[in-house]
Amino acid sequence: MAETARVFTKANYTRAMGRDEVTGTRPTVDAPFGHALAALGAERGDIVGLTADLGKYTDILPFRDAFPSRFFNVGMAEQNLIAAAAGLARTGFTPFATTYGVFASRRAYDFIAIACAHSAVPVKIIAGLPGLTTGYGGTHQAIEDLGIMRLVPGLVVIDPCDATEIAAATRAAAAHDGPVYMRLLRGKVPVVFAPDGFDFAIGKARLVRGGSDVGIVSTGFMTERAIDAADALAAKGIAAGVLHMPCLKPFDAEAVVNFAGKVKRLVTAENHVVSGGLATLVAETLFEAGITRPLTRIGLPDRFIECGAVPTLQKRYRITADDIAAAATGGNA
Amino acid sequence: MALPANHPPETADLAALRAHAHAMRRHMLVMARGPGQGYVGQGLGIADTLAALYFHELRWDPTDLSAPDRDRFLLSTGHYSIALWAALAEAGVFPPEELTSYGADDSRLDMSTLDTTPGVEMIGGSLGHGLGQAVGMALGLRLKGSPARIFCELSDGEMQEGSTWEAAMSAGHFALDNLVALIDCNGIQADGPVVLNMEPVGEKWRAFGFATQEIDGNDLPAVVDALHAARARDGKPHAIVLRTHPGFGLPTLMAREKAHFVRVDSGEWDALMSELDREEANHG
Repeated sequence: MAETARVFTKANYTRAMGRDEVTGTRPTVDAPFGHALAALGAERGDIVGLTADLGKYTDILPFRDAFPSRFFNVGMAEQNLIAAAAGLARTGFTPFATTYGVFASRRAYDFIAIACAHSAVPVKIIAGLPGLTTGYGGTHQAIEDLGIMRLVPGLVVIDPCDATEIAAATRAAAAHDGPVYMRLLRGKVPVVFAPDGFDFAIGKARLVRGGSDVGIVSTGFMTERAIDAADALAAKGIAAGVLHMPCLKPFDAEAVVNFAGKVKRLVTAENHVVSGGLATLVAETLFEAGITRPLTRIGLPDRFIECGAVPTLQKRYRITADDIAAAATGGNA
Repeated sequence: MALPANHPPETADLAALRAHAHAMRRHMLVMARGPGQGYVGQGLGIADTLAALYFHELRWDPTDLSAPDRDRFLLSTGHYSIALWAALAEAGVFPPEELTSYGADDSRLDMSTLDTTPGVEMIGGSLGHGLGQAVGMALGLRLKGSPARIFCELSDGEMQEGSTWEAAMSAGHFALDNLVALIDCNGIQADGPVVLNMEPVGEKWRAFGFATQEIDGNDLPAVVDALHAARARDGKPHAIVLRTHPGFGLPTLMAREKAHFVRVDSGEWDALMSELDREEANHG
């Protein structure tokens, strides 16, 4: 990938965001979160939007344009973003507050924990640039947010896979009477799941396909790569199952136990450090259930990641479909 | 049920408010006696403000604590709970006999406020949380067209939290004239007398767009007048800087070293209660 431009021009932006080159050629939907929220806003007058100077970059402008009086930009002040959202929730509103995952989880943590979760108010935190989806380095890459957030009592934690799931999860988050932290895939987001008849239930796993040889448990956009890996493995005669875990919390332990019982080995795949997130949850779940399987963890290492083009970094840090496929066959990815 | 309009300023019954403040101070001594210590200094200092709020300025109904259009009082300093419990007991939300449970296991009158206790509008105690939530409530109530106002107590120490100023910026920007910040400047914080100089306090709030008044927070008529002035709805949030005296009403405690967490010997309580009543009789 040495030829990959390191400058983010408009022309290579989509490629730099790691979509077309790495994830293949699925159709995309533009700003699925913002459009889903705008549609919800037309149905429910209690939906309000907030951002901390990242409205354009968190796809919430369709909501702002439709409901300007119900949208508040608090400037670069993430503590106040969450505090004000909590106050709005206490007066009967259902606020969606957007920023980047790094700022939500690192700068506003106490407000998420106390003003939202301890207070059990329905604030929905929408967190952009999850894991390794930006080349801006450790300041912008939310590599540990799922681990932080899943430890907050009472907080729902969602890492959606695609445009279909983002739209459905936005509705489910609004319907949930409590706080939610949801990772955001922004811009032109691939469509992995067919929208027709798609249902999203908080706390439920999605069995994408069964498989007897190896089971891939994945979350977020890694499920798209897990599906691609399973296709590649099938071509080699290896039956790989894929279990998508959009909710880190509540965690569908029963689905993981059932899935693991049917395969010989397991791979976890997450756009997050391999400690504290999905892999840890799977290991905890299986150990407690007395199920032992060889387990390979695909995810980010325990270090801050440099700047660079996203496809370069995703290959360097081994979170591509090829890496999942290699792990599934027992090879070191 | 619709709540009544604000009491006209001229109907403020200062003698009655003073009696409520005194009764609240008695409640606090009853409470602090149980654990033998507590934030009684802060509570006695803020008692006059809470008396003016709960028995004159707030539009609220002690029998309907979730009325949508009620004025909200947010106690950002959760450890001042002793003062809030005193006010709510005085208003009949709790039976007075419950006050002795303050700080005990399984009591709902906690040493720091949780929102599970009736009359509590937010979880205080993680300092710097109040004003931002007050901003959100003020935005929400304005969006609903509610006449309700938000009164947010915070302390001089809390001005050291960056989140306080994030909230102040937005209150000015959003022109939240339904918001009144009540800044209790009692000069003490956990490590002793204010460890980081916050002066000039009033200038800071003015610079952030607040219509700002500075008064002696233990001068009850001045507190009532300031609350009346803060009714103005002219596009500016309000700040009332309250210069309060920890332990006010009890010269014995006021003369003691300024302490965040007052310790009182078990034999002192009866004498303190007598002193409180004597002071009230002398100055009332």
